[in-house]
Amino acid sequence: MAITEARPEAGPSGSPTISPQRHPIMAWLTTTDHKKIGIMYLVNSFFWFAVAGLLAEFIRVELAQPGTQYFSEQQYNELFTMHGTTMIFLFIIPILAGFGNYIVPLQIGALDMAFPRVNALSFWMLPLAGIILYSGYLTGGAACAGWTEYPTVSLQPCGTGVGTDLWIVALLLIGTSSILGGVNFITTIFNMRAPGMTMFRMPLFAWTMLVTSLLVLLATPVITSALVLLLIDRNLGGSFFDPAKGGITVLWQNIFWFYSHPAVYVMVLPGMGIVSEVLPVFSRKPLFGYKAFVFATAGIGALGFSVWAHHMFTTGTVLLPFFSIMTFLIAVPTGVKFFNWIATVWKGKIWFTTANLFAFGFLSMFLIGGIDGVFLASPPVDFALHDTYWVIAHLHYVLFGGSVFAVYAGLYYWFPKFTGKRLHEGLGKLHFWLQMIGFNLTFMPMHVLGLLGMPRRISDYLPFKDWTGINQLQTVGALLIAVSTAPLLANVWITMRRKDRDPENPWDGNTLEWWTTSPPPAHNFDSLPEIHSERPLFDAKHADELTVHADATTTGAR
Amino acid sequence: MAVADATVRETPSGPGHERAGGISSSLLGMVLFIASEVMFFGGLFGAYFTIRTAAPQWPPPGTHELDKWYALALTVVLVSSSVTMQLGVFAIRRNDQKWLVRWLIITLVLGTLFLVGQGNEYRTLFEEGTTLRSGVFGSTFFTLTGFHGAHVFGGAAFILIVLLRARSGQFTARYHDTVEMASYYWHFVDVVWLGLVTTIYFMSQ
Repeated sequence: MAITEARPEAGPSGSPTISPQRHPIMAWLTTTDHKKIGIMYLVNSFFWFAVAGLLAEFIRVELAQPGTQYFSEQQYNELFTMHGTTMIFLFIIPILAGFGNYIVPLQIGALDMAFPRVNALSFWMLPLAGIILYSGYLTGGAACAGWTEYPTVSLQPCGTGVGTDLWIVALLLIGTSSILGGVNFITTIFNMRAPGMTMFRMPLFAWTMLVTSLLVLLATPVITSALVLLLIDRNLGGSFFDPAKGGITVLWQNIFWFYSHPAVYVMVLPGMGIVSEVLPVFSRKPLFGYKAFVFATAGIGALGFSVWAHHMFTTGTVLLPFFSIMTFLIAVPTGVKFFNWIATVWKGKIWFTTANLFAFGFLSMFLIGGIDGVFLASPPVDFALHDTYWVIAHLHYVLFGGSVFAVYAGLYYWFPKFTGKRLHEGLGKLHFWLQMIGFNLTFMPMHVLGLLGMPRRISDYLPFKDWTGINQLQTVGALLIAVSTAPLLANVWITMRRKDRDPENPWDGNTLEWWTTSPPPAHNFDSLPEIHSERPLFDAKHADELTVHADATTTGAR
Repeated sequence: MAVADATVRETPSGPGHERAGGISSSLLGMVLFIASEVMFFGGLFGAYFTIRTAAPQWPPPGTHELDKWYALALTVVLVSSSVTMQLGVFAIRRNDQKWLVRWLIITLVLGTLFLVGQGNEYRTLFEEGTTLRSGVFGSTFFTLTGFHGAHVFGGAAFILIVLLRARSGQFTARYHDTVEMASYYWHFVDVVWLGLVTTIYFMSQ
């Protein structure tokens, strides 16, 4: 059974490593290596996460008591606008693309992304966009009409400064970065898979990145068009959104949400992919229902384009039954995934590492967020809860309890792949529990506030009912979340300085990224295993049994 | 039995990724990019139709009527340039570098002619007082045709680069993905124009 095939003309002629004379900083600045670009994505995203987190703390401090204490109303408007914009466009979307950058080529056995230079371009637009966005503060005021920038608010009262225009330009850059990244991921996944790595043998994180990239590719240009129209209205005297000139205000909302609803899935599907990598490894079982998971992912992606107007129920201009039913429907594939995950963990040998704790955190918190959303899918309920803190609770349970927990699961899971060293488990667990408690202290009471009718985006509130007490509880929770990042930072610092190394495959993972060394060489792989299933490392370890039952282990992978 | 060895595919020069058949990465990337461009223009067209159907009368009273024959002439120019571009692609598929260069030059001339023609129409409209600021008609007209014109300009720049590379003999029957990419993009720009002409010029009543 000699299956070794020499493929002399297959690879690059020389070693693709960068010439040793180059200064390390220059090597990073000019790199087209998907791994280095991935790391830069992560570092850049965490930086903006910290900035946006600081803004969130300011919001919570202001809301700790009725009245306006520390920020003027205008400053408060800028705070929540910049917080939302930064979290979504400079943190969650890019950090998931960062994991994708590092991990997807390794998972499918590729040398790099399909277009390495385009990849570098995609990355470098992001810090530039962040600087442009925040330079609004230097021009007398940042964008202030909320991250949704609805006209006519973004046209008239608070949008008179340059801040809103800088916001538009920053988002145009980030959108272009996303689109180029999407083209890159799809091409990489379609054209760069290793021999034997069929589509249905791809790890689920690669699948979720593929569907995410399709969403990015088809949805992001639509918000680009809306941004361009807003720019024309604001600066060139256009009349798209201003009713006084014959324009239509709701037009913005339709185009904006046609992007921004699929963007919700852009922000959570890769998180679901990360969790689907972490749970099987730490339950010592394959993922239950691989194909069902793949089709559920595709289903969420497809349905994601038909639910945008559920953000606009109260405008009175959308067909309520249609968008309501489609929104309820989207809970079905999400439910399928929950059964996948629960059945994966069921009777597994569960290993409670920090990565796995964060994956469980994702399951429980995202479930709450999802159920919150199903409430809002019903128009009568939505009419009551629209623009209250219920919505804020929902979106934070989905994006923080969902995406951010998944990001941390991915960070603790793949950190040894990035550096060759595991993060410290004790500090990791401290980080997890502080964050879990802080998160729920902050956002669980928001449900109550929403039901009591407290409106979002207002810097002041009346000192009646239990509003003050609930708000103070949330502020304590928000500070606890800030504190919880201290053990994380300490952990990364201590681990990076540690001299000794952990095993190449410390979690005993079965997907292809664990086949190579940790961290991988510049060319990723010195060799590749035969790929017969979605768990090539498992097959290689149990090759003895495999020779007898060669076909029995390809679980649904044919 | 050397089981462990048997599961390792030795690849001295790195794992290979060449595949028989399929579509090359650059062409696939171009198709995907064009898909995103389609969605961009979809957003613009969506805005156009929303505003148009909401307006009490279209075109709004007092709007100067667009010259359909002029638009038709521009259409003939742009569609012919698409044909000449494709003839260039056919030429290089036959490994005919000389005719590739010739067809590219003709395409570039036609593309430039289209842009000049569009600029001339803009000048006429400006003189009559129809501008981006003059209301919903001006806003939609100049935004949609303007973004299309910008894409024609981008496509022409692409073709110019391809032309310079073709003149130095960089393309052969086997290696000419860039030529194909430019042709995909150029045809896309052409199709967008057909949509624009139909909706803006001919569905005007």
